[in-house]
Amino acid sequence: MRDAVTGAQGILEVNNLRIERDGKALLDVPHLCLGGPGPTLILGPNGAGKSLLLRCLHGLIHPDRGRVCQNGAALNAGHKTRQAMVFQSPVLLRRSVAANLDFVLKRRSLPHAERKQRIEALLDEGGLGGKARQPARSLSGGEAQRLAILRALALGPETLFLDEPTSALDPSATQMIERMILRASERGVRIVMVTHDIGQARRLASDIVMMQAGRVVEHGKAMQVLEAPESNESRRYLDGGLVT
Amino acid sequence: MIPEFIRASIFALGLTATAGMAEEPFIIVQSTTSTQNSGLLDYILPGFEAETGIDVRVVAVGTGQAIRNAINGDGDVLLVHSKPAEEQFVTDGWGVERFDVMYNDFVLVGPKSDPAKVKVDADIVAALAAVASSQAPFVSRGDDSGTHKAEMRHWEAVGVDPTEASGTWYREAGAGMGASLNVASGMGAYILTDRATWLSFGNRGDLEILVEGDPRLFNQYGVTLVNPEKHPGVRAAAGQRFIDWLIGPDGQAGIESYELDGQQMFFPNAN
Amino acid sequence: MQDFASEFTRALSLILEGDSELWAIVLLSLRVSIFAVLISALIGMPFGAALAVARFRGRRALIILVNALMGLPPVVVGLLVYLMLSRSGPLGVLELLYTPTAMIIAQVVLVTPIMAALTRQVVEILAEEYSEQLRSLGVSRLASVPVLLWDARLALVTALLAGFGRAIAEVGAVIIVGGNINHVTRVMTTTIALETSKGNLALALALGVILIGLAIAVNAMVSALALRAEREGLSHA
Repeated sequence: MRDAVTGAQGILEVNNLRIERDGKALLDVPHLCLGGPGPTLILGPNGAGKSLLLRCLHGLIHPDRGRVCQNGAALNAGHKTRQAMVFQSPVLLRRSVAANLDFVLKRRSLPHAERKQRIEALLDEGGLGGKARQPARSLSGGEAQRLAILRALALGPETLFLDEPTSALDPSATQMIERMILRASERGVRIVMVTHDIGQARRLASDIVMMQAGRVVEHGKAMQVLEAPESNESRRYLDGGLVT
Repeated sequence: MIPEFIRASIFALGLTATAGMAEEPFIIVQSTTSTQNSGLLDYILPGFEAETGIDVRVVAVGTGQAIRNAINGDGDVLLVHSKPAEEQFVTDGWGVERFDVMYNDFVLVGPKSDPAKVKVDADIVAALAAVASSQAPFVSRGDDSGTHKAEMRHWEAVGVDPTEASGTWYREAGAGMGASLNVASGMGAYILTDRATWLSFGNRGDLEILVEGDPRLFNQYGVTLVNPEKHPGVRAAAGQRFIDWLIGPDGQAGIESYELDGQQMFFPNAN
Repeated sequence: MQDFASEFTRALSLILEGDSELWAIVLLSLRVSIFAVLISALIGMPFGAALAVARFRGRRALIILVNALMGLPPVVVGLLVYLMLSRSGPLGVLELLYTPTAMIIAQVVLVTPIMAALTRQVVEILAEEYSEQLRSLGVSRLASVPVLLWDARLALVTALLAGFGRAIAEVGAVIIVGGNINHVTRVMTTTIALETSKGNLALALALGVILIGLAIAVNAMVSALALRAEREGLSHA
């Protein structure tokens, strides 16, 4: 895609990040640096704090302590415009498929002709070519999530956050979405994605952040974490064992 | 965004406002329900409007409210029926000069069975005394209208304060003549009404005229120009033209000739 | 009791035969109320949406106030507008009393709280759903107002119709500020009041039935339009 940024970009760094509720730490990450090429997948059981971490990285939640830096500077409004996020259940505007894309393109102040062109290209990319005028809310679950991803990509982000985007989808819909994510990654968009699906992590991840009870228990190359996990928590999670 | 809404609102209002103002010259007459409900004004006004091109816009409320509206300057001419109140209106400087226009009379109506036995004589005071002593239901306008003021004068003559019985046999409707007649008709109660409204009233039910012809039931209508010195916006020239016409030969003849069911409703008596 | 059937037939035939006086009254009713509803929507809907998304001290109290204002007695509104527009009132120089504009103003005062309160309710639910997504797209709270209003448009049609129903059926305010002047400010409801006061109960009732029919027709028309617009996908909205 035209918007793709190539080369080194968007190194995300987290220092002394902490979120508390009633004195209990929901998230406690002393240090984390996401900088390598290829998708980063955040893996862990329910309630591990994966989504919370993702929202902190995207600036949707402000931590009680610590901070998130992009390329060495604290996250600010300028960074926000170079980030995009796809949620677990897609939140589509109650408008046509094309209008959902046009909404973000308009926010980038692109001229009408260019917007039209980009909408076409995006819809082709997501396999939604024939559905431009259809109400977005009438799309199937897989189509809706594809549209949500296209809309996020329409922002031309350096970093794309995805929060369990396929958790409600069947295998073929999941496969289409994984392909879209990989293509985006190949074009140079940094992918940071939450999943609890080990298979998906195996298929997509270049590196893996393993979380448990609000903490990062392991961060490393995908192969290494999946095949030879260092921590007990990772091992148990990957074995499908009960983690307490 | 906000200024756009305001602009749009003003534009929309402006459209309707000018639509109302681009028409022919007009005056606003504060009058009473009896002149309107009887159909008199609908009958005589077209003649004036054709002759002068002045549209007469009638606001029909009770005499009390009509006078208060006129005091606020919300009318150019006052056409009501309570001489003492009208004279006070002029004395206080709100009106220029009051002229007699016409009269009709009040009648006491009540159920045909006449439980209070008022249908003896053309004597309104005796009749009301009989209503009070038998405690038969009686509906009052209770709205400070010309009719209400007249009714209260008769009670005073009886020497009874009916408002002490308010809520029992004496019911204060707090409404116009027609609405009060509807109440009386529904309750089978006695009520004092002007003859014109009664004759044009369609929901009489069991009621009929029981007392009429007492000279004390005389009902005088008067017309007054609202004082332009108090309210510069008053359309004094057009208003005066209307008054001159109403108390002149054309207006008086129009009043004379208006009939409903073969009965004359108002009797012109301008000097 | 009078013969309702014959009076109703009479009123209906007046309408169908295109009796110009009755039609003028019907059209004035529609003109006044539609204008009033549109202006109320322009004021009330953005206000309601802003109230749904904004966070400030006293917001709860303001919501309670707006909800309570939905129940404003028309007579009180009529009186307030009368006092404003009277020649002895602050806006007397505008000479608006006893004009259709005065009636529109009174109805705007009555209907705007309805628009604001219903919009606030609808938009608040939608805002919750959209909140994270819009923030992720960098849309500020204030900038989200038009987005939310547009996306709530179907539900807001209902608010529009509720406001129209209130406006067209209202008599207490318009009779005070309009004066029920024949050919100038006489609308359906004030005609009904007048006929009632003349004791022409059957005619009044027949006019009432026509008023209800009119309200139903407007409702049906707007709903059909909204539905069609939605079916067609509002493609390039």
